[in-house]
Amino acid sequence: MINFVLLISRQGKVRLTKWYSPYTQKERTKVIRELSGLILTRGPKLCNFVEWRGYKVVYRRYASLYFCMCIDADDNELEVLEIIHHFVEILDRYFGSVCELDLIFNFHKAYYVLDEILIAGELQESSKKNVARLIAAQDSLVEAAKEEASSISNIIAQATK
Amino acid sequence: MALNPFSSGTRLRDMIRAIRACKTAAEERGVVRRECAAIRASFSDNEQELRHRNMAKLMFIHMLGYPTHFGQMECLKLIAAVGYPEKRIGYLGLMLLLDERQEVLMLVTNSLKQDLNHSNQFIVGLALCALGNICSAEMARDLAPEVERLMRSRDANTKKKAALCSTRIVRKVPDLAENFMGLAASLLKEKHHGVLISAVQLCTELCKASKDALEYLRKNCIEGLVRILRDVSSSSYAPEYDVAGISDPFLHIRVLKLMRMLGQGDADCSEYMNDILAQVATKTESNKNAGNAILYECVETIMGIEATSGLRVLAINILGRFLSNRDNNIRYVALNILMRAIAVDTQAVQRHRVTILECVKDADASIRKRALELVFLLVNDTNVKPLTKELVDYLDVADPDFKEDLTAKICSIAEKFSQDKLWYLDQMFKVLSLAGKHVKDDVWHALIVVISNASELQGYSVRSLYTALQTYSEQGSLVRVAVWCIGEYGEMLVNNVGMLEAEGSITVTESDALDAVELGLSLYPADVTTRAMCLVALLKLSSRFPSMSERVKRIVSQNKENMVLELQQRSIEFGSIIQRHQSIRSSLLERMPVLDEATYLMKRASTTQASIPAYKPASAVTPGDLKFPNGLAKPAVTPLADLLDLSSDDATATTTASTTTAPSDFLQDLLGIGGTNLPTAGAPSSASTDILMDLLSIGSSPSQNGQLVPDLSLAQAEKKHVSAAPQLVSPVPEPVDLLGSLSSSTSVSGTKSATAVPQAVDLLDGLSSSTSVSGLEDACPSITAFQSATLKITFDFRKQLGKPQESTIHATFTNMSSSTYTEFIFQAAVPKFIQLRLDPASGNIVPANGKGSVTQGFSVTNNQHGQKPLAMRIRMSYKVNGEDRLEQGQVSNFPPGL
Repeated sequence: MINFVLLISRQGKVRLTKWYSPYTQKERTKVIRELSGLILTRGPKLCNFVEWRGYKVVYRRYASLYFCMCIDADDNELEVLEIIHHFVEILDRYFGSVCELDLIFNFHKAYYVLDEILIAGELQESSKKNVARLIAAQDSLVEAAKEEASSISNIIAQATK
Repeated sequence: MALNPFSSGTRLRDMIRAIRACKTAAEERGVVRRECAAIRASFSDNEQELRHRNMAKLMFIHMLGYPTHFGQMECLKLIAAVGYPEKRIGYLGLMLLLDERQEVLMLVTNSLKQDLNHSNQFIVGLALCALGNICSAEMARDLAPEVERLMRSRDANTKKKAALCSTRIVRKVPDLAENFMGLAASLLKEKHHGVLISAVQLCTELCKASKDALEYLRKNCIEGLVRILRDVSSSSYAPEYDVAGISDPFLHIRVLKLMRMLGQGDADCSEYMNDILAQVATKTESNKNAGNAILYECVETIMGIEATSGLRVLAINILGRFLSNRDNNIRYVALNILMRAIAVDTQAVQRHRVTILECVKDADASIRKRALELVFLLVNDTNVKPLTKELVDYLDVADPDFKEDLTAKICSIAEKFSQDKLWYLDQMFKVLSLAGKHVKDDVWHALIVVISNASELQGYSVRSLYTALQTYSEQGSLVRVAVWCIGEYGEMLVNNVGMLEAEGSITVTESDALDAVELGLSLYPADVTTRAMCLVALLKLSSRFPSMSERVKRIVSQNKENMVLELQQRSIEFGSIIQRHQSIRSSLLERMPVLDEATYLMKRASTTQASIPAYKPASAVTPGDLKFPNGLAKPAVTPLADLLDLSSDDATATTTASTTTAPSDFLQDLLGIGGTNLPTAGAPSSASTDILMDLLSIGSSPSQNGQLVPDLSLAQAEKKHVSAAPQLVSPVPEPVDLLGSLSSSTSVSGTKSATAVPQAVDLLDGLSSSTSVSGLEDACPSITAFQSATLKITFDFRKQLGKPQESTIHATFTNMSSSTYTEFIFQAAVPKFIQLRLDPASGNIVPANGKGSVTQGFSVTNNQHGQKPLAMRIRMSYKVNGEDRLEQGQVSNFPPGL
């Protein structure tokens, strides 16, 4: 099971956090601080796993961003690397060659994508196409609702003129 | 930055820009504060059209680590709204801003229930996702029927979400497992990969949660699983699921994992899987990470189930390939499975010993750590010597950070296989020489025990240590052990006593030996323990080498004005022994009697199992029982030695019970008991404390009263000793405490008591906190924890530096009424974040009119030290003239900083 997902920038800024196990706000801050210290200092050729408080943190660097997932000691580390890559590929398709700024300004969209990939710390979908389809369908639902709202407010505005 | 002060008008994008443009943390706080104020205002004005944007802003602020609890209710409102966009952001906010422990979450149960029954599949999806990510046990119970129904939905998307949501429900409420097992098994017949993956995960969770579910799934889904794995592994190219040329590695891995759960300990199931496992193990491509991930899982499954030997060989071969892979990730997981494979097939793992040993020297800390653990498991009688040699050689070049782990492992290997004493000593000397700075205290304590027992090797030991000291004087624990040995066995060093055949003789003069100890004294100006040990060694050498006693006196006297009272006291007292008591000196400074190895090992073992702290009452030894064969001489040495252990175990102060401080207790035995020739079984610590009491009572008797003196057969000897430095015996700060403890011990002397020990240790601590300037502890003021017309309770505190969360509390109960209390019992309760350990009380009868008191020690550990103060409820029950009485109260006046 994945206990939490963290996206940290090279400078240690948090870009996304998702907690599947209960951590209080204080613990979360502490965990992030501890792990940034551990992971950001590791050299480039070392393995992508860090042992931490009886758990394992699997991380992978994409440009200036570190994608980290904390898993139980008996989970498959190599597979989690693939899950991270799966997530990144879907983000990449969704944003069209994703960069850190996309994830900063559209952080909520990154969360929506993640929610289509993981639930309860487990993988829910192995098809990238399927995830993209589901996100697109939901985005268009939102767009439709917005248009409707604006057309209604136009009608009201005209009627009250 | 031109920001509208009422910036509810700013867009999310603008707020993020503004925050990113901040140059200092203070500036950022300013922007966030303004935004939060605007969002609050907007919430209270109920501005509908801005809710969406405000929630998004709030989530960003939350991510930066600022408090956002005021937005929690807004989440609930958004969720309860009708439109999809509101619900979407509302659920996201719910998952980000809240977690399962917040009460607010219960309020959302009803909205969730409605959304789970919604006709729009995406709204159902949102609700399932939120429930799966943050539901609490109560919510899980309430909403399980809805989720169960949704698993039967026609929409694949809803089905997979409901299945994963159920995994969380089963995790939270394992009793519900049976409700889900039939559905989970039926989902395995689907074609949609998302549903399959989710269903397999649900089955895995069910197996963990319930034995019945495990049996059910064994019967009903093994065939399905084998079919899924066969289909997916032999399927042709499917672009939708393709990862590096492999079709859906995620599904592969999850099925393999579930197979492991089902096959474990079930021969029929395992038999059924053999073929497909062999197929996956042989046919999977291993040039990409995805393939290796499958192979890794497959090997684990083969190791986990009752596989045929042929399959096992296949798995071990894959492991061998992994281990020689150049990719660090692969090597890491290889070491990982080898740890588990060791239980199945030790021989196969032994074959890779050389490679594993290479991994210990890897540049990657994660790999090193794994490899070291593995080597530790691999050691046996036949390979212990070469393996240890490799590790010791590596110690020389290892990373400083890694040395602590490494030395700890080498030492425990060496101890575990220490039948060959000479070999053990050699290894330990090497470790001390190469990494003495990193060796833990109990390791060198153990070494001293072994040396003291190995009479034929003492000469060799002292010579080896002396030689090592010449080169490696910067290694702290080497210096300590060497100095102790030179003090004890100095004449063996100088006269080459007990030469071994292979040993070359060395020429050391008496003055060289003294130089070595003096070096230790000068090298560690800050280390009180080492310096104190040096002083004792010097004292001992003054009797071993009478011709050197003038020089010893000179060196010893250099510390007469030391700021650390401990050292000052030793210096002055030792000086007077050397100068004025030559007649008794030789018998006073005889060699330490042999330390009891078995007792030590037992005690040490009990500390390693510290998770189950069992209080072992020490058998009572009253002062009158002590036998001092040498008349005056022996007792005089014991207080000195006791003083030594005051400083040499930093640990004593932290805990009071004898079991938890076993190594240090041992040191007490080592240095304190030695002189008393007690029967060692079980009694040592209590004996040494009795002596300590004697010492203390002498010190305090002038200021207290004479009632204790008749008890002390050694009074005379000690008086002499005390008179040599009367100004050093400072009064103990809490006379009540002292008196209480002492009187309890005296009143107890006729009967039997298990409590004499902790109190004595308390006393010891009290003394050191009051007298030693070394700063081992923080002083906290005492408080009156409880006071009624009939009963008064005071708490005295002690803390050790470096462990702020632990406090030792000494409670004193005084009866203010005119009738005696019998069967007095004190109970305390603390909040969950505090751990409490009560020691037995000194008695259960509290005499009337405040004439004497009962004391009880206990220790508390505040796991949230610095965040929450100590709090405690107390209850005292007792009988007055046979009538039950009960008093209770809350202690909230603890001094700050506990």
